[in-house]
Amino acid sequence: MSAFLIRRVLLLIPMAFVLSAIVFWSIRLIPVDPASLVLGPFATPEQKVLATKKLGLDKPVYVQYALYLKNVGQGDLGLSTRSGKPVTDLILHALPYTLMLGGVALAISYLLAIPMGILSALRQNTFVDQFCMMFALIGMAIPAFWLGLLLILVFSVRLNWLPAIGADSWRHLILPAFALALEGTALTARLTRSATLEVLRQDYIRVARAKGLNERKVIWGHALRNAMIPIISLTGLRLGWIVGGAVIVEQIFAWPGMGRLLVESILNRDYPVVQAVLVLLGISVVLANLIADVLYALVDPRVRHASR
Amino acid sequence: MGNVQSTGSRVSSPVSGESSTSLEEPTHGVWADTLRQLLRNRSATVGFVFIGVLILIGVLAPYLAPYPYDQQDLMTSLLPPLSDGHVLGTDQFGRDTLSRIMWGARVSIQVGLVVTGVSMVIGLVIGCLAGYYGGFVDLLLSYLIDLVWGFPLILVALLFVTVMGPGLSGAMLAIGLVAWAGFARIVRGEVIALREWGFILSAQTLGASDARIIVRHILPNMLGPVLVMASYTMAAAVIIEASLSFLGLGVQPPQPSWGSMLNDGRAFVNRAYWMAVFPGLAIAILVLGFNLLGDGLRDVLDPRMQNR
Repeated sequence: MSAFLIRRVLLLIPMAFVLSAIVFWSIRLIPVDPASLVLGPFATPEQKVLATKKLGLDKPVYVQYALYLKNVGQGDLGLSTRSGKPVTDLILHALPYTLMLGGVALAISYLLAIPMGILSALRQNTFVDQFCMMFALIGMAIPAFWLGLLLILVFSVRLNWLPAIGADSWRHLILPAFALALEGTALTARLTRSATLEVLRQDYIRVARAKGLNERKVIWGHALRNAMIPIISLTGLRLGWIVGGAVIVEQIFAWPGMGRLLVESILNRDYPVVQAVLVLLGISVVLANLIADVLYALVDPRVRHASR
Repeated sequence: MGNVQSTGSRVSSPVSGESSTSLEEPTHGVWADTLRQLLRNRSATVGFVFIGVLILIGVLAPYLAPYPYDQQDLMTSLLPPLSDGHVLGTDQFGRDTLSRIMWGARVSIQVGLVVTGVSMVIGLVIGCLAGYYGGFVDLLLSYLIDLVWGFPLILVALLFVTVMGPGLSGAMLAIGLVAWAGFARIVRGEVIALREWGFILSAQTLGASDARIIVRHILPNMLGPVLVMASYTMAAAVIIEASLSFLGLGVQPPQPSWGSMLNDGRAFVNRAYWMAVFPGLAIAILVLGFNLLGDGLRDVLDPRMQNR
């Protein structure tokens, strides 16, 4: 197990470098002089030369990348060209908001989806099952940003129950969290149903029943524990998907998280911020996949022993 | 490195449709049988209808749409649905919502096709190479697949529009360049499973080249799972396009896209609900169509793959 863990963590390091290099070089492809972005349209040529030197833009790109890495190592991600604030500060301000939104959305989706999927499987082909799976199908087809708009339309504009934008209280969290949670709820409910059905077909369930265990023990003690394996191990993927969803949902609800920071910075050509946020989000997705693999090994002994 | 379904361990029947021919029905070849089963499958039929109607609307938009998509008339701005001459109302510039939805169908379908085409070709090549040759090639390619799989497509698309500027043509390619991993995973697993079958060994014994075996013997036998994946990928691509356009980074005005129409709808959400509702409905119907078709294809072509 520990060898497995060490190998996976070691793979993470080159991945982080590859990611940051891809983003760094991509941003350098933009045909815009960063010095003039910093200085604005009224800079003198002398100022430009000075700024170019200061930003290290007179050096070859790979030297710039090395410098960038060195600065990142010291916690310095550069300055936002729009606000002049350190990128690190902007990110540290935005990160808790995204963590909160994503965490709540993930919790909502699991709390709804797992009971729904189990119920569907245990009552296969009944009305309950058909209703849940219809819900899941429709849920998968509704993009988060449209659901967000509809929620605003109903709960803010019409009913005036909840605020549409901002992040001042827990009430501001409700609508964006549900908007973000729907797709994951739908996917997880379908997965839970099929995983449970799959387990119920296994021989050890038949054995458990044959040796006279009552049905509750069969379901809770044997079936569900095994059905949870794929669900737990896909949590990592769900995290990656929440990162992607947050980018758009935060924009609708003016939620001041990483996603909104990213989109606003793209629209304002604030490249130091774009670069830092993209690398960070990318690494968080890779990390989430790592967590997925570790969870998988933890809950499924077969994997633990098979992968040295 | 394991995310849940290691498709490799699954045994799969080499000829699709073989198991389902019954005595009273004479067989008409694999394709005719498959088609008949698809038409009998409720998910597939409903999916076909949804997709078919929207494709027809998109193709015939120049003839069907009651108004040009960019015809403005400030005298008739923000008309509610069922107004005189505007069944689904008008937007802030007096443009007809129904006409713009019809034209928007073209964008969604086009993006879906390009993204799915690009990612399918890449996924087939990489998946075949990894599965057929195994060993070091497989190790390397599997690492690549794991790296890309599960990475939020929207982040890649955002990096791309940051570098290239807003617009769809490049973003479509960029998404395709990342979305292949889903195909590659499935193809790799299929190839590994198929290699165990006698007919591959026979072909090798007869001296068939690797290329011939892959193209003539392996590819036709995994068409089922690949088509299923293609249908789901179309759905995902439609959502990504809508998301990008919703953020103002995809299709540029005045060309209509369902996503950008929803972005307009957000600005007028407290005055014109129809602007926030109908374009989203179109997205949901198309995505639902592809998901249903995917479910139906999976039931018919690949009964063992019901876990996904």
